[in-house]
Amino acid sequence: MAKKPRIKTPATAKQGEVFQVKTIVSHKMETGRRKDKKTGTNIPRNILNRMEVTYNDRSVFAAHMEPGISANPYVSFYIKATESGEIVFKWTEDSGAVITETRKITVK
Amino acid sequence: MKIYQTLVAAFSVAAVLSFAAGSAVAEPKDPDLTDPRVKRYIVGEKYSGYVVNEPETRDIQDDDFQNPAFLWVEQAQSLWSKADGKAGKSCESCHGNPEVSMKGSSASYPKIHKKKKTLLTVEHQINICREEYMKTKPWKWESDQMLGMSALVRMQSRDMPVNVNVGGEAKPYFEKGREFYFQRRGQLDLACTHCHVDNHGNKVRSEKLSQGMPTGFPTYRMKWQKLGSLHRRFRGCNKNIRAQPYKQGTPEYTALELYLMWRANGLPVESPSVRK
Repeated sequence: MAKKPRIKTPATAKQGEVFQVKTIVSHKMETGRRKDKKTGTNIPRNILNRMEVTYNDRSVFAAHMEPGISANPYVSFYIKATESGEIVFKWTEDSGAVITETRKITVK
Repeated sequence: MKIYQTLVAAFSVAAVLSFAAGSAVAEPKDPDLTDPRVKRYIVGEKYSGYVVNEPETRDIQDDDFQNPAFLWVEQAQSLWSKADGKAGKSCESCHGNPEVSMKGSSASYPKIHKKKKTLLTVEHQINICREEYMKTKPWKWESDQMLGMSALVRMQSRDMPVNVNVGGEAKPYFEKGREFYFQRRGQLDLACTHCHVDNHGNKVRSEKLSQGMPTGFPTYRMKWQKLGSLHRRFRGCNKNIRAQPYKQGTPEYTALELYLMWRANGLPVESPSVRK
């Protein structure tokens, strides 16, 4: 059973309000520099290299992540509330796997 | 002869100099106990590892959202109500809401099991539930499920004072734990007490030594990059002094856990904590 990403967004916001979004996602962030103790070979790199956030299909935040980022990366940023809709969070792994989460927001 | 005397003189001067230099740069023995921020975690002469933490690490622990341990706790919350095993039961079937049923319970662990008459930790108790009542496989000690569940259970006692009973049937275990604590071991020939009683607040290499209070476990340790159990920490300590570590959940470590919890009696439970 995988651990789900944790995301904090307000359920409702006022028009024009700037609100904070907090995200934390469970990932090993394997740097590719660690050695397998038994075989002596490098463990292949496997990190979340990209995080993208869209607000009603409009890109509002994106981050390019490198191996220096710790495991279980915590990312926080601000969005301005303009209209009701969906905020979609997307993390892309080196292997191509994608973690997606959606949060709804109502703007008054 | 003259050379010898000069050498002796030179050495004694050097010895005096290094002593003077040593005392001049010596850091204060204790961490800053007057900081209002750490007040909650100081009871009398006892203080938890939160006090020796860097302020940045404290920030992460203080915010339940930023604390990565809650990834495990959330996973455990969904496991709580999920039926598993032949009996078709979940934790919820017997215990209901963890926030009600588990409130304050773990502050008195490890304790003597009424029927089994042995000393058990929260982790042991979870596996007894799984094997005897849910009729399913026990979890491994260091598995994500076990760490999350033990964090979820311990979290319900957060901010309540640790209160373990070391009398009666627990007495022999307590004595065994105390013996372990004072026993020199490993190539470095150190006992727990040499670091955590005699030298807490001092530095070992670059790190400040804590009093070794176990109130925050399972803890999210940055070095581990994941949640880890108290017995994993014991193993780390034992390895650091180049001693042969025991396995997690062995009677030796369980007795030691009881002794440590007794030392921490009165300090608030802070699981799941964040440490460097």
